[in-house]
Amino acid sequence: MTVAVSVRQLRKAFGPVRALDGIDLDVREGEFFGLLGPNGAGKTTLISILAGLTRADAGAVSVMGYDVVADYRQARRSLGVVPQELVFDPFFTVRETLRFQAGYFGLRKTDAWIDEILAKLGLTDKAHANMRSLSGGMKRRVLVGQALVHKPQVIVLDEPTAGVDVGLRQSLWAFVRELNQSGHTIILTTHYLEEAEELCGRIAMLKEGRVVALEEKQTLLHGYEGVTIRITAPAAPAAFAGKLVRREGDVLFFNLANYAELEQLLAAYRTGGIRFTDLALQEADLEDVFLRIMGRAS
Amino acid sequence: MSSGWLTLLYKELLRFWKVAFQTILAPVITALLYLLIFSHTLEGRVSVYDGRVGYTAFLIPGLVMMSVLQNAFANSSSSLIQSKITGNLIFILLPPLSPLEIFGAYVLAAMGRGLVVGGGVFLVTLWFAPPGFLAGFPHPFWTLAFACLGSAILGTLGLIAGIWAEKFDQLAAFQNFVILPLTFLSGVFYSIHSLPPFWQGLSRFNPFFYMIDGFRYGFFGLSDVPPATSLLVVGGSALGLSLVTLLLLQRGYKLRQ
Repeated sequence: MTVAVSVRQLRKAFGPVRALDGIDLDVREGEFFGLLGPNGAGKTTLISILAGLTRADAGAVSVMGYDVVADYRQARRSLGVVPQELVFDPFFTVRETLRFQAGYFGLRKTDAWIDEILAKLGLTDKAHANMRSLSGGMKRRVLVGQALVHKPQVIVLDEPTAGVDVGLRQSLWAFVRELNQSGHTIILTTHYLEEAEELCGRIAMLKEGRVVALEEKQTLLHGYEGVTIRITAPAAPAAFAGKLVRREGDVLFFNLANYAELEQLLAAYRTGGIRFTDLALQEADLEDVFLRIMGRAS
Repeated sequence: MSSGWLTLLYKELLRFWKVAFQTILAPVITALLYLLIFSHTLEGRVSVYDGRVGYTAFLIPGLVMMSVLQNAFANSSSSLIQSKITGNLIFILLPPLSPLEIFGAYVLAAMGRGLVVGGGVFLVTLWFAPPGFLAGFPHPFWTLAFACLGSAILGTLGLIAGIWAEKFDQLAAFQNFVILPLTFLSGVFYSIHSLPPFWQGLSRFNPFFYMIDGFRYGFFGLSDVPPATSLLVVGGSALGLSLVTLLLLQRGYKLRQ
C-alpha cells in the first residue's frame, strides 16, 4: 500500500523543550489514522511541520511522496488542514472565504464544488453571510470547507470537534467518513477518545514528543485486554489495594488483568468478610488503553 | 509561479475596498483639511522655488504623495498584523505560495490603495488649485514613476513592520516614530531650501525627501535635487528593502516557527 505521509526521525525543540524527539511513523493511503496524546505531547507540532507552518530541526517529512520542504508546493497541494483554533477573516463572506482558499491553490471556477461543500456542511443558506455573523460551530464547518476546497488527498483534522455540539459532530463525522470511503487519507487528533475508537483504523499515541504506541486499533484494544470492575463496598481487600484505580465514596473501581483475577477478588471479599452490595463489569476501551499506555510511558 | 498570488492580490484589494469609508474617504478628507488650513495661512507668506510656484500649488503634490505613502504603508502593515493576531494568516501560509508571490501580492495591493487614495486627494485638491495649475504638467511620467516606487517602498516597509510586530502597539510605534516623522520632515509642506543648512543636510539622508521631491518635479519641472538623483535613491531603496523583505519571508521570520 502507498504511504500517504512519511515521518522520519523528526525532531523539534522550542528552547529547552523537546516538542518532538525522534518521531518515526507512516500513514498509509486511504487510512483513517488517529494521533492521540495528552496536551503538550507534540501532536500539533507534528501537524504544523507537516503543513509547513513550523520548520523541523532534523528529520524528514513527506506528503504523498513530496518532501514538505524541498517539494513544498506539491506537498501542500496534497494536504488539507483543519486547524485547532477557530480562526477566520472578518472582512469576507463564507463563499468569498472558500473562493479565496481555492484561488490560493491556483484553482479557478470552483463554484460548483464550493456549492457541494456548502451543502455537505449545511452552510448553503449562509453562503453570503459575513464570517463574523456565524456561530462557533458554523465557523468550524467553514474551516473544514477551507481544508477541502482544493481537493487534497490527505486531510488533517486537528481537534475538529472541540466546542462543537452533538448534532454537528455527528454530521461532520458522517461527511469525513464519506471522504475517507472515497479514498481520502484522514489524520485525526482528538481529545474525545470515543471518537478515535469509533472512526480510526490505526492509532499512534504520542507522549513528550515520542511515539509510545503505534498499532491497529483492534490490536491496541486486544493487546491491553483487561476488565474494569465496579463494586459498591465499604473497603477493598488488602491484597487488591494495588488494583484499585479509583474510588467514589463506596463505589470502588478495580482494573483486573482477566476474569480469573475477578474470581480471586470475589474470594478475597468473601474471606475478608467484606460485604458488597453491587457489582458491574466494564470491557477495556480506548480510554483505558490510553491511560495505561500513558501511565506506563511515564 | 502559480496563479495563487493573483487571488491573494485580489483579496487584499477587496479588503480595503470593503471599508472604503475608512481606507479611502477618510485620508482624502484629512489631506483636504491640511490643504485648506496650510494654504489659507501660508499662501503669499512662504516663497518656494524663488517665488516661481505659489504655495498652494507647491503643497498639492506634497499632500498627494504623502497620502500615497501613508496609505500604502497602512495597507500592508494593518492587513498582516491583523492576520497574525487573529490567526487567519494560516490561510496564506498553508497554500503553496512562494515568498515572492506573497511579497508581490501584498506590495501591489498596498500600491493600489496608495495610488487610489493619492488619486482621490489629487482630484479633490484640484478644486482648490490656482488657475493654470495643470497647464504646466511637464513630466507626468516622472510623477507616476515616483508614485509607484514610493508606494512600493512604503508597502514593503509595511510588510516588514507587519512581520516584525507582534501586537498593535509595536506597529503603532513603527508608524508614529519612523514613518510619520520621515514623511512630515520630507518636504511635504516646505522646500528644503527654506531650512537652515544643518537641517537641509539632514534632509538629504531621508529617502522620503527624494520621493516627494521627484514626484513634485513631474508637476513643475523644478526640484531641490536633480530628479535622476532622486530616482536613483528611491529605486535603490526599493530594491534594498525588497531584498530584505524577501529574505525575511524566505526564512519565515516571525511567521513560520
